[in-house]
Amino acid sequence: MSFGKFKVFSFSGGIHPRFDGKNLAASEAVKPAPLLEKYVLYLSQNVGKMPKLIVKTGDEVKKGQLVAGADGFVSANLHAPTSGKIGAVKNIPGANGTLTPALEIIADGKDEWGELLPALDWRTADPKVLLERVRACGIVGMGGAAFPSHVKLSPPPEKKIDTLIINGAECEPYLCADHRLMLENPEKVLIGTAICGRILGVKNMLIGVESNKKDAIAKLNEKAAEYGIKVVKLRVRYPQGAEKQLIYALTGRKVPAGGLPMETGCVVQNAGSAAAIADAVCEGKPLIERITTVSGEAVAHPGNYLVRIGTPVAKLIEWAGGEKCKTGKIVLGGPMMGFALHSPEVALSKNSSGVLLFPLKGICQYTSAGCLRCGKCVKVCPMNLIPSILASAVESGKYDLAAQNHIADCMECGSCAYVCPAERPLVQHIRRGKAELRKNKGK
Amino acid sequence: MSMVLTAVILMAVFGAVLGAVIGIFARYFRVESDARVELVTELLPNANCGGCGKAGCADFAKAVVAGELPPGGCPVSSRETVSAIARALGIEAGEVESKVAVVLCSGDDASTREKVLYNGVNDCVSASLVAGGPKNCAYGCLGFSSCARACPFGAIEMVNSLAVVHSELCVGCGKCVDVCPRHLIKLVPANAEVNVYCSSPAKGVEKKAYCASGCIGCRKCGKAAEGKFVFNGFCASVDYNAAELPGSDVVEKSNCPSGCLRTRQGHLEKEYAERDGVTK
Amino acid sequence: MSETEKTISMPDANALLVSVSPHIHDKTGITEIMLKVMIALTPGLVAGIYYFGWRALWVTLSCMGGCVLAEALWCLLVKKPVWRTLKDCSALVTGMLLGMNLSAGVPLWICLIGSFIAIWIAKQFFGGLGHNPFNPALVARVALLLAFPGIMTTWVPTRFMNEENFSYTFEFFSPEDLEKGLAKKSFDGITCSTPLSIVSTMEKIPGKGHLAADRTSRQDNVQMWTCFIYGDKPGCLGETSGIALILGGLLLLYWRLINWRIPIFYIGTVVVLTGIIRYFAPGYTPSPMFHVFTGGLLLGAIFMATDMVTSPMTSMGCVVFGIGCGVITSCIRIFGNYPEGVSFAILLMNSLVPLIDRFCAKRPFGYVKARRKEEKKSC
Repeated sequence: MSFGKFKVFSFSGGIHPRFDGKNLAASEAVKPAPLLEKYVLYLSQNVGKMPKLIVKTGDEVKKGQLVAGADGFVSANLHAPTSGKIGAVKNIPGANGTLTPALEIIADGKDEWGELLPALDWRTADPKVLLERVRACGIVGMGGAAFPSHVKLSPPPEKKIDTLIINGAECEPYLCADHRLMLENPEKVLIGTAICGRILGVKNMLIGVESNKKDAIAKLNEKAAEYGIKVVKLRVRYPQGAEKQLIYALTGRKVPAGGLPMETGCVVQNAGSAAAIADAVCEGKPLIERITTVSGEAVAHPGNYLVRIGTPVAKLIEWAGGEKCKTGKIVLGGPMMGFALHSPEVALSKNSSGVLLFPLKGICQYTSAGCLRCGKCVKVCPMNLIPSILASAVESGKYDLAAQNHIADCMECGSCAYVCPAERPLVQHIRRGKAELRKNKGK
Repeated sequence: MSMVLTAVILMAVFGAVLGAVIGIFARYFRVESDARVELVTELLPNANCGGCGKAGCADFAKAVVAGELPPGGCPVSSRETVSAIARALGIEAGEVESKVAVVLCSGDDASTREKVLYNGVNDCVSASLVAGGPKNCAYGCLGFSSCARACPFGAIEMVNSLAVVHSELCVGCGKCVDVCPRHLIKLVPANAEVNVYCSSPAKGVEKKAYCASGCIGCRKCGKAAEGKFVFNGFCASVDYNAAELPGSDVVEKSNCPSGCLRTRQGHLEKEYAERDGVTK
Repeated sequence: MSETEKTISMPDANALLVSVSPHIHDKTGITEIMLKVMIALTPGLVAGIYYFGWRALWVTLSCMGGCVLAEALWCLLVKKPVWRTLKDCSALVTGMLLGMNLSAGVPLWICLIGSFIAIWIAKQFFGGLGHNPFNPALVARVALLLAFPGIMTTWVPTRFMNEENFSYTFEFFSPEDLEKGLAKKSFDGITCSTPLSIVSTMEKIPGKGHLAADRTSRQDNVQMWTCFIYGDKPGCLGETSGIALILGGLLLLYWRLINWRIPIFYIGTVVVLTGIIRYFAPGYTPSPMFHVFTGGLLLGAIFMATDMVTSPMTSMGCVVFGIGCGVITSCIRIFGNYPEGVSFAILLMNSLVPLIDRFCAKRPFGYVKARRKEEKKSC
């Protein structure tokens, strides 16, 4: 495997939209968001177990103070985004519409930091101390899945890890939060990468960036060699940033079905998470803010904001100048895998990389039309599945057939539904099939 | 002539060999079948609804013959059928309490507000996966008629995007109970005339904001019929395990302010009236 | 609140649409695909009109009209929304294909019958667009061929043929054949035979037959090749012009509406098989190039076999499908009684598509071959 200068790495399948919406906000510098009066923190902001609440209504908290502690290994700490008082703690509808416990933080306006953890020198500190810091600061995968970073960084000893991959692909259309981060703060991403490399004891560190972010690649390349990191250009193709596809594109290794990336000797971290790790180690700051893109054709001034976790989506839309035409859909996350919000009052989580407003006019609508059997979905499926068969099997209640056709391997990237000329809600069918199979398994 | 002879001989030999093979198979690979099972299966309704808890009517018949279940275990069969089976087998009919399904929600289009416009598969499980369903209530009926499609007896009707059960058609097989992602459908004793048509434990004030007929937890019904109601959060429910179920007079006596305490008949009538009101 | 903030218009929380991801779409709908297919078919149709006169257009238009009528009537019968079903233009494409599969001389009522067979029997009885296992236009063509063999095998000569120049169309036969009048006899100014039907009525004796002397392999036979490639030969109105059909096929490939594997492997298989037979038994069949440019092979391979609904979805499946079509076509053409085998070949392979798809599915990402072997062992 050679890393030639002009070689662009990729995988089979996938899509690239004719209009990827990146130009709407890609040239907008990151703006810091003003302090709000109230923040809403969902307790469940990570994959795995929900952290345990350790404060109660009426408590005074400082900025960066722990409000919910990790419950078990696969869980992440949660910190207060600003100083103030804990308001109501109750179940409210989260990003996916289901009720989830959340706490309100009423800001006192002082925005005082609490006691920060001491800054560490990442070059000399013990990898164990570094890992503990990552855990303490509640860092999760900020690209979308929100998998706790410290879990990924502590592979079982029998698994030999030889490659660390930082995911700067940002293959989702419209989003450019990671792009801006790598452009404006390349040093942070590189240091974060080097810290991860030290924790894992890995020499081969790669940052994969899609080739449409030439400026970011150039910026990263200026210093990358200093840290012993290679920046690799990836083909512009969704879902390039999906863990399995990224590993395949960069190393040619295939993650076995149903297996974890570490089985190929690779660990993947998001670029945003890497920067957060750098903050946590070098400054002792917990993860309380992130860069989020506000974009879409319906928003007046698309842009990127450095926002605190817990900011309501409505506030972000307000900062971006509101809507310029009638909004049909608000999406939290990317357009391919994000959630359509039921209300703009939903708050941002650690993994909310974007808020997108799509105009009501010309919005994409699913229909109940039958499958054409055109095979477009088969061509684009990055997992080599046959989405049309999966969907029609679920539709007719044949969950066994769906299971035989490897429905469990689907990662719901949405490429199939994107190209389907009959505009069938393929992902919804597949998701339902998975839910039913899980239910049947439980029986 | 010789050709005919050859053919006849060949066919004869062929027939004999095949006959022997069939004979051997019939002798050594015979599946013991109980004539009584077939008899019982014939008597059963053969709707294969699964209401008895077995995979189908044949399975139930086996269980009855084996003595595992009483003939009355079939919720669909009429009393005559059950006694016919019992007579045929010479055993006790066995009394099994007959049950009906109720959808404990009254959040139809007239009383609940939709929070969003839903675009996707017309199915309750699918809809509940998208933004928690289009209706504001996180506990109420989604209105995509999954239960109505699952019912083998056509006993569930969608009125104003609310599932209602026609208890005279319902046999209590419980198929609908399994498909409802909101777990709103309960099998209750057939003589439970009065039910609380709300399942949301949310606060009364919250509920009032989006549902005109949600239980507000005032406990008036509990006072009117002491001990016949239980309360879960802010939601009343008939205590179906109680020795005595509330009679239809409770509805009038308690004067339920949100109107979700209804008799089965009253519920149907009210929903029909609301639908007709809407269409007018 | 400052003045500017007040004027900000916020999204209406009560009018938000929710759906599962993805929230953007390619915007290439069924209608667009069908219209593009029709555009790709147009060169072939124009060539047909050029060679057979306006009659060719009337036949095609009545098939298209018949199909739309049949679809509309069906929707009325089963109480489906008429406009929503017609909007996808699939009936128009079926009609166009059916029309191009008929001789320009057929009576128009044949078109109507064919349309109803295509839309009702071959498509709607199976559940409409996407559920039909067989290509509707081909089903109609074959049904008509079996029901009205006389009408369906009566071919009209092109506008440029007459008693004198008729023979050049058939220069691939030996002069003796023509002298004997084998080919000439069939031309009476109103009807004539297609090259393939003449071949099928000829004696087939390996190394000795009339075909042994055919002159298709002669490079200098320019006149014959031009009339073959441009389409100045009798046959179905849409199948004559090889160059127009290839142009349409290139358009479809450019739009990525068809899988290149099907036409390439289909035609390739026919070329290879007929080439082998031709090499070892020259009197048995004309040269491969003759097979490619006569009959419905190009029309079938480019437009009918690649029909989205009835062709395999997997790449490997498309290869198998193409080869299968090629084998059956060659067998019928070389050994069969029918002069033409494309329709039968495609229909036969259509019936195998679910099976092909099942066995040609790609291994999902992350499944290794070794594991499969283990599975087999454990079985």
